[in-house]
This record gives sequence, C-alpha cells and structure tokens, in this order.
Amino acid sequence: MAKVITDATLEYIEALAELELSGEEKEAAKRDMGRMLDYVEKMNELDTTGIEPMSHVFPLQNVFREDKVQREGGSEATLRNAPCHKEGMFVVPRTF
Amino acid sequence: MDKSVLLEMSATELAEAIRKRKTTATEAMEAVLEQIERTEECYHCYVTIDRERAQLQATEIQKKIETGEVSGPLAGVPVAIKDNICTEGMRTTCASRMLENYIPTFSAQAVLNLEKAGAIVIGKTNMDEFAMGSTTETSAFGVTKNPRNSEYVPGGSSGGSAAAVASGECFFALGSDTGGSVRQPAAYCGIVGMKPTYGTVSRYGLVAYGSSLDQIGPLCKTVEDCAVVLETIASYDSKDSTSIRREEGAFTAALIRNVQGMRIGVPRDYLGAGLSDEVRDAVVRAAELLRTEGAQVEEFDLSLVDYAVPAYYTIASAEASSNLERYDGVKYGYRADEVRDLHQMYRKTRAQGFGTEVKRRIMLGSYVLSSGYYDAYYLKALRVKAMLKEVFSRTFDRYDCILGPVTPTTAPKLGESLKDPIQMYLSDIYTISANLLGLPAISIPCGADSKGLPIGLQLIGDCYQEKKLIQIAYTFEQIYREGR
Repeated sequence: MAKVITDATLEYIEALAELELSGEEKEAAKRDMGRMLDYVEKMNELDTTGIEPMSHVFPLQNVFREDKVQREGGSEATLRNAPCHKEGMFVVPRTF
Repeated sequence: MDKSVLLEMSATELAEAIRKRKTTATEAMEAVLEQIERTEECYHCYVTIDRERAQLQATEIQKKIETGEVSGPLAGVPVAIKDNICTEGMRTTCASRMLENYIPTFSAQAVLNLEKAGAIVIGKTNMDEFAMGSTTETSAFGVTKNPRNSEYVPGGSSGGSAAAVASGECFFALGSDTGGSVRQPAAYCGIVGMKPTYGTVSRYGLVAYGSSLDQIGPLCKTVEDCAVVLETIASYDSKDSTSIRREEGAFTAALIRNVQGMRIGVPRDYLGAGLSDEVRDAVVRAAELLRTEGAQVEEFDLSLVDYAVPAYYTIASAEASSNLERYDGVKYGYRADEVRDLHQMYRKTRAQGFGTEVKRRIMLGSYVLSSGYYDAYYLKALRVKAMLKEVFSRTFDRYDCILGPVTPTTAPKLGESLKDPIQMYLSDIYTISANLLGLPAISIPCGADSKGLPIGLQLIGDCYQEKKLIQIAYTFEQIYREGR
C-alpha cells in the first residue's frame, strides 16, 4: 500500500527542513517521500522488541579537552565568506 | 625522466624515484598538469585546479627534499582532494551552489598530515553534491566521466577522485565514504579504494553528511599506495571527538604476500539475486585464487542483508538533515535575495542553493526525526543496526574477513541512474554495512566485464583489522597480476 503524503504533512516537513518548494517540486517531493517511506518500512518485517537502539558502534564516552583558544585572528577571513557583512558583523534581513 | 613512464608509476614508486634523484617533484607535477591538459576536458575530474600553487609548492618541496628537510613517504607526490575536504585558502564547494564561493580558513587534519609527509595538492575533485549520490551526476558543476569508458559514470560520490587516479590526473586521491563512496567509484574505475575503521582518520575539516558514518579514505593505484596513504592520514585528533588512538603500529607492515590459514567467509546472501553474472563469476574466481594461495575459503549465510539499505537511508538522511541545517545564508555560502524577512531568507536560500537529491534527503531526514515518527523510523533503524552489529560480530568470530562484490553491476551508463532513486540506493547494498558498523573495508580490481568495464572485489574486516585486509588484498593483487 503506497504511503500518501498529504499537503499538510508536506507543509510540516518544509517547515522543519526550512525549505520553500515550488509547486512542481512539492508534487515530486510528495511522490518521492511516499515511495521512500514505503521502502524503509521494510524494516517493520523485523521484530526488534527488546533491542536497544544503537547510536554509536563504539562505546564512546564524553570526550573532553581544555577550553583553550588554539587558533586566533581568523575573523577577517571568516567574514569574507559571508554573503553580507559590515563592521565586523554578519548582516541579515530584518528579523521582526 | 620520460613523462609517460612517470605517469605509469604508483605514488610509492614516484616517491622513491624522487628520493633516488631519478626525477623531481617539479617534473612529476609538470607531467600531471600536462596529463590534465590532455584529458580533463573529457573526464572533468576536478572542480578546482590551482596550477600556480601546485607548481610553486612542487619547487619548494623539491628544495626541501634536497636539503633533507622533507623526507616523508609521499614527498613530492601530487595528490587530488575530494571537494568536501577543507583546504585552507582553496575553494571547497561540496559540488554545490550552496558553497560555490566558500574558501576555508583551515585545512582538514587529513590534508595537513599529507602535506607534512610532502604530498602536494593539485586541486579539488568533483563529487555528488554534499556526497549524496552514487554516480557524480548530482554535482552542481557537471558530470565526471569514467576514464575506462567515457560513456559510463565513474561512480560516486568520490567519482572525481577515482577518475583522476584512473586517468593519471593525479598519483592518488582522498575521498570520503559514508555508504560506499570511496569503494564503489574505485570499483567502477578499476583502482584500489579503502574505508578505514570509523575514527581512524580525523573528520576535522570533512564537511559533515552522516557524522556516524563518514570516514575519509584513500583512492590509489595499488594496495601498497593505499597502506602508505592510510598510515599517513591516520592520526588521533582531539578536534574530532570520535577520533580513536590506534596503537598497533604501521599499516605498511602488513604488505606481505601470505594468506596461509586465513579464514575468509563469502556470504551466500552477497552472491544471490540482484547480482550480475559477470560480477559474481569474477568474485568467485577471486575467492578461488585466494584458496589456491592457502586461505580457508567457505560460503556462509550472513542474514539481514535486505534490511541494511532501509536502515542506512533512514540514519544517513536523519543525520544529513541535522548537519545541513547550518547552511542558512548567514555566515558563508549562497544567500537568496529579494526576501521579506530572515525566515524567508533561510527557506529561499536553501531551496535555491541545494539540488534535488540533497533536498530529498533533508526532507526524509526531517520526517523520520519529527515527533510522532521518530520511534517508528529513526529508533527502528537504530535497532536494526544493533541487530546487524550482532550478526557481523558473530561472523568475525569465525572469519578473518568477509569477501564479496563491491557493487551488484559494473558502472551504469551516464544519465540512467537518477530517474529511480530507490534503485540507485539499492546498489549500495554490499557497501553500507561497513559504514553502519564502523568496519574497515577495501575495494580492489578483480576483473572486467564483456564491455571492458572494471569489476571490484570487496574485503570487509572487523574493527581495527585493516592489517588483515591489507595483507589479503596485497596477496590477491600479486596473484591477480601474475595471472593476467
């Protein structure tokens, strides 16, 4: 049974993903996502009751290091990568 | 030295020739740049080539070799770097409009390690956008073609790196492997590619896609080169919190022709439906060759193979959706204009800056992580991953390595793969388990199909067992070359 992605669901995903799709892209996205979800639901054939979800394969603990500046003075080069900057700051469109 | 002879050399042979004063770093760089002049227009392996910088560095390194200041195992060898690995002062685009003009202010630790060993960066290689794809056709800067036959794809996502090595446009290259992106293009282009154990090579400076899956790996002409490059780029790095201290010594110590008594398991599930006859025959022949050389080879049932791809795409997309949130048009990268407010700027920037496949994965990832679906998809995938881990752990109690194909078929024709994404994802079936479980794996040439396209053999080892893989791969490479 093919999974149907409704307009409301797609709108929700667009909001989560911070994407504004065109009309044509929306239709393609609904179709693609429906197919992909159908496909990954194959996992449901497996009984995973009692199995702990495994995020990392290695038993890594928190890894700490000294909170010490190691590279300094790169702010100008960093700012040069910004689409818009002024007086040492990033410029963005109005926020309210 | 004659330049065509130079271009035939492996990275290790070239370094030795430079050490023995038979040639120079400058001559090697000239030979590579001339080769690029001849073939790059056709293959399009690179996104960025910095000729001046490369030549200048070659001159400097040559001086340092002569004074003894630089004596590393790759001193004077020209290298190509995948365009999702940061290079200070050299554009790093991830083959995306989003980062078209991004110039990193730092280099990846793997690149720094190479430069310390005397390698010289030629430029940055083409790839699938943000490493999402299997053909290098999702690049925003045009496709790369397979040097073995230019009507076919080089594979992906490290397709530019593989094609550059195969065409002599570099002596070796770095790629990244999140689901097979080093091993699969290596197989399609007929070269050697390796994904190390997760944590062996620092991810500092590698643009993140699926952080629990990503590893940088070498693409080389020979297994020996692969061992040398891996030994050079592997290092503990406090800047990568998942970095691992490896203390078992040099990988190159495993370059021994001997598989006497090695236990090799061939999963029947890797030879079944979906695998092309020609690939199956080549892989079975390879297993036979290793048996004649003294290895104990047997078939076994691995199980759960069909569930690895759905679990992988759920996890990879989830991590991608989170990692790619940083592209918001503020600090770097593309920004859409004519926007009402900040919020619309984010949304338009991302809609215009990302390509179709990237958006597809970000949306899938956002969905499987959203409340209401998190348990059903994301946690389910992590549970399937735990089951896979169990299966592979049991397998490595019995075998030193798993042997199988890298891909179900040889390289597809250009333009045939993107129409059906799920079909394309399914072609990762033999490579993704190594990423999900952090295992080392290597791809080596083991034949060609009737069209002359290369076939790859894959060896997968238990965590930290690169040396076993290198030894078996090196032995196979020797027998295979003798037999040809």
